[in-house]
Amino acid sequence: MKSAVIVFPGSNCDRDLAVAIRDVTGEAPVMVWHRETELPEGIGLIGVPGGFSYGDYLRSGAMAARSPVMRAVADAAAHGVAVLGVCNGFQVLTEAGLLPGALMRNAGLNFVCRDVPLTVGTSQSAFTSCYEMGEAIRIPVAHHDGNYTADEETLDRLEGEGRVAFRYAEPVNGSARNIAGILNDAGNVLGMMPHPERMIEPAHGGADGRRLFEGLVDALA
Amino acid sequence: MKARVYVTLKNGVLDPQGRAIHHALEGLGFTGVEDVRAGKLIELSLKDGTSDEDIEAMCRKLLANTVIENFRIERIAA
Repeated sequence: MKSAVIVFPGSNCDRDLAVAIRDVTGEAPVMVWHRETELPEGIGLIGVPGGFSYGDYLRSGAMAARSPVMRAVADAAAHGVAVLGVCNGFQVLTEAGLLPGALMRNAGLNFVCRDVPLTVGTSQSAFTSCYEMGEAIRIPVAHHDGNYTADEETLDRLEGEGRVAFRYAEPVNGSARNIAGILNDAGNVLGMMPHPERMIEPAHGGADGRRLFEGLVDALA
Repeated sequence: MKARVYVTLKNGVLDPQGRAIHHALEGLGFTGVEDVRAGKLIELSLKDGTSDEDIEAMCRKLLANTVIENFRIERIAA
């Protein structure tokens, strides 16, 4: 499966994401610099990695969301290409309007960096098909702005349409309805604050993140 | 010419930073504070003739995230 990982100034999880994708798909993703205006042809997956793009200036993800490559990412998403945004990548996808809502400063104001228990909200997506709905998994977070916010109508719609992919099983950052990750309406764009790429082999302390990538391979390869 | 853009959180959006500032003020003995909301002030130096529509477009496209924030534009004479 061909894939791409976007690299912004200040991305710092791009390599980890690329390694996870390479390990599971057997093919290294093409690393695409934020100034590019086109993506490689024939890709099935775009990774938008974690980090601190543009130093989190103005708002986390705000500058990166307006970079040239994001127009190509939005175009690919509209044509059904899977897009996975992790952490800062999730912030970028909300700022770009590819996912609803916004990620605000953590309610406790602390940078939260630890493994957190999650509950899988749906198995009906390419990203979550290798999990059971309601399954308890463990994946690390590392963020300052992970407090998901949206109006009540949007939250109701996300829940009603089965678009809450992952929920925190305990309070982590003040997120509305404990939302840790959401899907777009077509189900081909996932944004999540936890880092699945940091949990892909037992040496990481667990491999619960690996199945997200395995699900993508099943669905897309 | 210059313009100031004030970016503030919408009513109803919880403001963790405002709440922390509030607590810190109370810790300093300022007991009369009922609420604190933190925002941003962005000052733009603009070419003469920049229209209100242009400034508003800047706010909508980048300076404010209208999902959670409001903005107010104030032009100031040079």
